Amino acid sequence: MSADHLPEHPEFLWRNPDPKKSYDAVIVGGGGHGLATAYFLAKNHGMRNIAILEKGWLAGGNMARNTTIIRSNYLWDESAAIYEHSLKLWEILPEELDYDFLFSQRGVMNLAHTLGDVRESMRRVGANQLNGVDAEWLDPKQVKELCPILNINDNIRYPVMGATYQPRAGIAKHDHVAWAFARKCDEMGVDIIQNCEVTGFIKDGNKVTGVKTTRGNINTEKVGLCAAGHTSVLAEMAGFRIPIQSHPLQALVSELHEPVHPTVVMSNHVHVYVSQAHKGELVMGAGVDSYNGYGQRGSFHVIEEQMAAAVELFPIFARAHVLRTWGGIVDTTMDASPIVGTTPVENMFVNCGWGTGGFKGTPAAGLTFAHTIATGSPHTLNKPFGMDRFETGHLIDEHGAAAVAH
Amino acid sequence: MLLFTCPNCGPRNETEFHYGGQAHVAYPESPGELSDREWAEYLFYRENTKGLFAERWVHSAGCRKWFNMVRDTVSYEVKAVYRIGELQPETLERIASATEPEQAQPLAPAQANPTTASEGV
Ligand SMILES: Cc1cc2nc3c(=O)[nH]c(=O)nc-3n(C[C@H](O)[C@H](O)[C@H](O)COP(=O)(O)OP(=O)(O)OC[C@H]3O[C@@H](n4cnc5c(N)ncnc54)[C@H](O)[C@@H]3O)c2cc1C
Ligand SMILES: [Zn+2]
Repeated sequence: MSADHLPEHPEFLWRNPDPKKSYDAVIVGGGGHGLATAYFLAKNHGMRNIAILEKGWLAGGNMARNTTIIRSNYLWDESAAIYEHSLKLWEILPEELDYDFLFSQRGVMNLAHTLGDVRESMRRVGANQLNGVDAEWLDPKQVKELCPILNINDNIRYPVMGATYQPRAGIAKHDHVAWAFARKCDEMGVDIIQNCEVTGFIKDGNKVTGVKTTRGNINTEKVGLCAAGHTSVLAEMAGFRIPIQSHPLQALVSELHEPVHPTVVMSNHVHVYVSQAHKGELVMGAGVDSYNGYGQRGSFHVIEEQMAAAVELFPIFARAHVLRTWGGIVDTTMDASPIVGTTPVENMFVNCGWGTGGFKGTPAAGLTFAHTIATGSPHTLNKPFGMDRFETGHLIDEHGAAAVAH
Repeated sequence: MLLFTCPNCGPRNETEFHYGGQAHVAYPESPGELSDREWAEYLFYRENTKGLFAERWVHSAGCRKWFNMVRDTVSYEVKAVYRIGELQPETLERIASATEPEQAQPLAPAQANPTTASEGV
C-alpha cells in the first residue's frame, strides 16, 4: 500500500517537546511509575513545570513487558495498605484519566499445592480480611467451578489442594495505562521527553541541582528516580548505594484463542501464572533468572519449566503454541518490598525495588512518590518503605508471604 | 541456556549450577563492633554492576564446589572462571578494586540470598 492510501495518523496523545533549561522537578524514567508520579505531582501538588526524561521510548521498559496482574492480597499490614490503596485507585482511574484501558476485575487465584501452601494461604486470607482486602479460600471443587480448564485431579505431580481468591483483582492493558497517564500529564503541562538518557548529576555539595543528559544539561530543584532495573546505575552516578539487584524476568504469549480462561491463575509452587488477554493470547510468566542481568532477556530453560507447569495445570494448553517471549529487567530487594522515599542526596528521591510486581503498584507508587517529592517527606503509605528499614531491621518480608515467592 | 566452564568438570549447562551473587564479600572481621549501618551493608547491600561482575556460582549437579566467575551482566558473556581462594585474573583486577578482593571466602557465609525466586506478578 502506498503512503497516500494510508489513513491519517491518529491524534498524538502527547507533545514531544525539547527539554527546557530548567524545571522544578525532573523524573528519571518514563515507565508507569514515572508517568504516575508526574501525574500526581501535577494534579495533587500543582507542580506543572516538570519533565519526565526517558532514555528510550515511553513505556519501553517493564511497563509494557509485564503480565499486568493487579491484586492487593499481600500478607503484611504495610503491604496490604499500599497495594489495596493502589487497587482502589485502579478502580477509579479509567474515569479519572478518561481512558478505557480495559481494567478487568476478573479475580486472581493463587493455587496451593502442598500442606504448607494451604496453611500459608489460609493465614493470608485471614490477614487480608482483617485488613479489609477481599479474600477467600476455595476448595478444589470451587477452584474448578471458577476456572473449568484447570486440572484438579490428583494424577499430577503437585495436585491442586485449593486456592486463595481475590475477586476484585484482575488485569489491565499496560500500554494503554501508560498512554492514559501520558495524555493527562501532557495536558497539565508536563514535558515528556523521550530519547533523553540521564548520564550524570550536577551537585552542589550534597545537593542535586541538575541532571546531565544526552540532550544537554538540565537544571532542576528536585529529582525523582523511577528507573526500575537501572536504579543502581543512576544511584552510583549520584553517589549513593541502593540495596537492589537487577534480574531478567521473562514472559510469553501464545497465538490468539477463543476465550477459555475466565480469571487469572497463579501458582508459586509450580512456577507459572496465566491469564488470557482481551485479544485472546494466553499470557504467561514465571520466575526470574537467578543471575544478575541487564540484558532484557533470560535463559530458555526458565520458559521450558514454566510451560511444563502450565501444561500440567491446564492440559488443553498442550495444543497452544508460544508466539513470542521477551524479558524485562526487574529491580529486586532482599525483602521483596519496594523502596519509596528519600536518599542520602539532598533533593533526590527514589522509587524502586518493585521488582517483579510493580505494575499493580503504579497508581500508589505515583501518589506516594509525588507526595514525597513535593513535601520532602513520605506519605503515611510509603513511610514503612524507606531505605532505612535495612538498617533498623523493620523489613517487610513478602518473600514467600505474598501468595507467590514474592 | 548459558554454557559455563566449571574449574573442576569443564563445560556444563547453566541448569547444573546455582547462583551465589556477588563474589568477594568478606565476613566482617569484628562483627561485634559493627554499626547498624555496617550490618545493613554486609547483609543487604550488594553491587549491582552493569558490565563486568565478579560473582559466585556452585556446581550443584556436578562436583558441588563453589567457584568464582567474571561475567558481563549485559551480554552475559563469561570472561573468566577461577577457584575460590584464587585471585581474580589480573587483567580484570580493576573491576574488583572497590573492596579487598584478595580475601575470597573459602565458604559461602550464611547470608540473605539475593537470588530467592520471585514471580512477576
Ligand atoms: C516479564 C515481566 C512480568 C511482570 N509481571 C507483572 C505483573 O503481572 N504484575 C505486576 O504488578 N508487575 C509485574 N511486573 C513488574 C512491573 O512491570 C514493574 O515493577 C514496573 O513496571 C516497574 O515500574 P515502571 O513501569 O516505572 O518501570 P519501567 O517501565 O521499566 O520504567 C523505567 C524506565 O526508566 C528508563 N531509564 C532507565 N535508565 C534511565 C536513564 N539513565 N535515563 C533515562 N531513563 C532511564 C527505562 O528506559 C524505563 O523506561 C513484571 C515485570 C516483567 C519484566
Ligand atoms: Zn563441577
